[in-house]
Amino acid sequence: MRPGIVVRIIAFAILLAFLIVPDLFAPVFGLLTKNGQPAIYNQGSLLDLTFNHLAIVFAATSAATLIAVSLAILVTRSFGVEFLPLSRSLANIGQTFPPVAVLALAVPVLGFGTAPTLVALFLYGLLPIFENTLTGLVNLPQSVTEAAKGVGMTWAQRLFKIELPLALPVILAGIRLSTVISLATATIGSTVAARTLGEVIIAGLTSNNTAFVLQGGLIVGVLAVLIYDSLAALERWLMARTGQAKRAAA
Amino acid sequence: MSNSQAAAISRFSWPRFDKLGVLIAAIALGGVVLPFMLFRANRIVLGEPRAIFSALPVPEAGVLALLLAAGMLIALLRFKPALKLAASLTILVALFVLVGRSAYFLTPPDDNFARVSPGAGFWLLVFAFALLAADALTRLRLKPWPRIGILALVALAIGVLLASGSLNGVSTLKEYATRADRFWSEAQTHVLLAFGSVLIATIVGVPVGIISFRLPKLRAALLNVLNIVQTIPSIALFGLLIAPLAWIAATVPGAAAIGISGIGVAPALVALFAYSLLPVVSNTIVGLQSVPETANDAAKGMGMTGAQRMGWVELPLAFPVILTGIRIVLVQNIGLTTIAALIGGGGFGVFIFQGISQTAMDLVLLGAVPTVVLAFAAAVVLDAFVEMTSTGGQP
Repeated sequence: MRPGIVVRIIAFAILLAFLIVPDLFAPVFGLLTKNGQPAIYNQGSLLDLTFNHLAIVFAATSAATLIAVSLAILVTRSFGVEFLPLSRSLANIGQTFPPVAVLALAVPVLGFGTAPTLVALFLYGLLPIFENTLTGLVNLPQSVTEAAKGVGMTWAQRLFKIELPLALPVILAGIRLSTVISLATATIGSTVAARTLGEVIIAGLTSNNTAFVLQGGLIVGVLAVLIYDSLAALERWLMARTGQAKRAAA
Repeated sequence: MSNSQAAAISRFSWPRFDKLGVLIAAIALGGVVLPFMLFRANRIVLGEPRAIFSALPVPEAGVLALLLAAGMLIALLRFKPALKLAASLTILVALFVLVGRSAYFLTPPDDNFARVSPGAGFWLLVFAFALLAADALTRLRLKPWPRIGILALVALAIGVLLASGSLNGVSTLKEYATRADRFWSEAQTHVLLAFGSVLIATIVGVPVGIISFRLPKLRAALLNVLNIVQTIPSIALFGLLIAPLAWIAATVPGAAAIGISGIGVAPALVALFAYSLLPVVSNTIVGLQSVPETANDAAKGMGMTGAQRMGWVELPLAFPVILTGIRIVLVQNIGLTTIAALIGGGGFGVFIFQGISQTAMDLVLLGAVPTVVLAFAAAVVLDAFVEMTSTGGQP
């Protein structure tokens, strides 16, 4: 096994141990507390918060994937080609909206809690996936698409059997980017009372307890690195499977 | 009648429908149906909806209705992009002027508690016609300078509209009026944090990128570390810097005197800098890697030393890519700076978080709108610069 994999397995094991029996780590985090502050987050179960955090990110990213990929397919067909230039600039403009602003503005419509966070993560997640799907579908080797037409495939066959499978690694790279951004952004959701790991960090900020801030940040950071690496490994495997090993290296 | 004229007449046909225009007209129709304004007896109660004809005196409402109908028609049919742009900008100006007019019309005289704010209908109409303007601009394929020119004109129009006081009746500007001094000092902090952190990241990141371009071993390790920094949630990174900076302020002589402290601007600046480093460093490396071998060989053939090649050939050729990295970071940091308010760093986030805690959405808008405008303007200007340098360097 490569050392990188060993490090990741150890990181995952430590993360699991911390989430299931956080008190084991109390002596470590205790070093950061002052005046007898609690060393481990005590206003709820860290495991529950982590599951909730992941569920919100998963739901938002799945929805964003579904919509973004469909939209990208639409604007690359001849029917939707008129929408292509605008959708590109919209994706660009969308990224200039700070997530806090999106969150705060969704509150009057959706109320406090999970809903505005889901909406903000969904909107924020759309852009990288859309961009990448577009890149994947537009930059297919022309010889392949011509050959598919030549053998008499219908547009649906070309889309599902040739274009999407070939574009899949690039689409996945977009999903990976979007997931990692969402994992970090979901913490901001706790400013509008969503139950995410941001709760731990904000509790630490308001009570001036560095131990809370660190444990909340570490859980999210380790999760992000692990998920990022697993998705990247999946992409490499898919690239190799579709014979695009050279494109993967490039 | 000449042949060509006859041909022109026989080829004349009604403009066909524009698919995007159908979508825009549908959104605009939704905007007409939904309430144009919201009236509230005070700043935190729920709003009562007001449609266009009850939100404005009849003549103005009539003018707006006609303008909207014309705008939807222009959107629906295939007209030239320039006409669509002119129509959409006219309607956008009209919408903002009339929202100001409506605020005065709906507010009872001598009532300081009533708040009038734009409703969902207004925002949908703005969205629809901004979409039309964005599409027209995309289709016009303007060169960088004209794009900056249009941005400057829009900024001027916003400035004139705000300075004229015609919008002063709108709720968000009433929030502004009670804290104008605070607004400008937070604006200053916001700009200082966002631009300052990017400036430091550029000064540090470009040389680091050059060194790690030359040393592949350092490159892999450095990019790994910077990648991990990016995964730490922003609020955690802001929070984690409080303790070390408080320690520095307490132990290093003179640190406190130059403004370093645990809470406030210092940790915010350091966190924003940490987030900016990865895109700047990695874009510098990518830019240098993409310098064509031939250019380097030619420079070697001319007898240039390594340092001369870096300064005269490699860096200028890599510059557009480096600038793209700076653009990404600047837009990102303008947004992220809002989080600094959570650790007392100031910036527009102060109003956003105050607004959230008081459920006063006007206050949220007072923080959110300038942030979005600032980020958007920065994106337009830097995109234009990137385009200028990349075509200027390689004709």
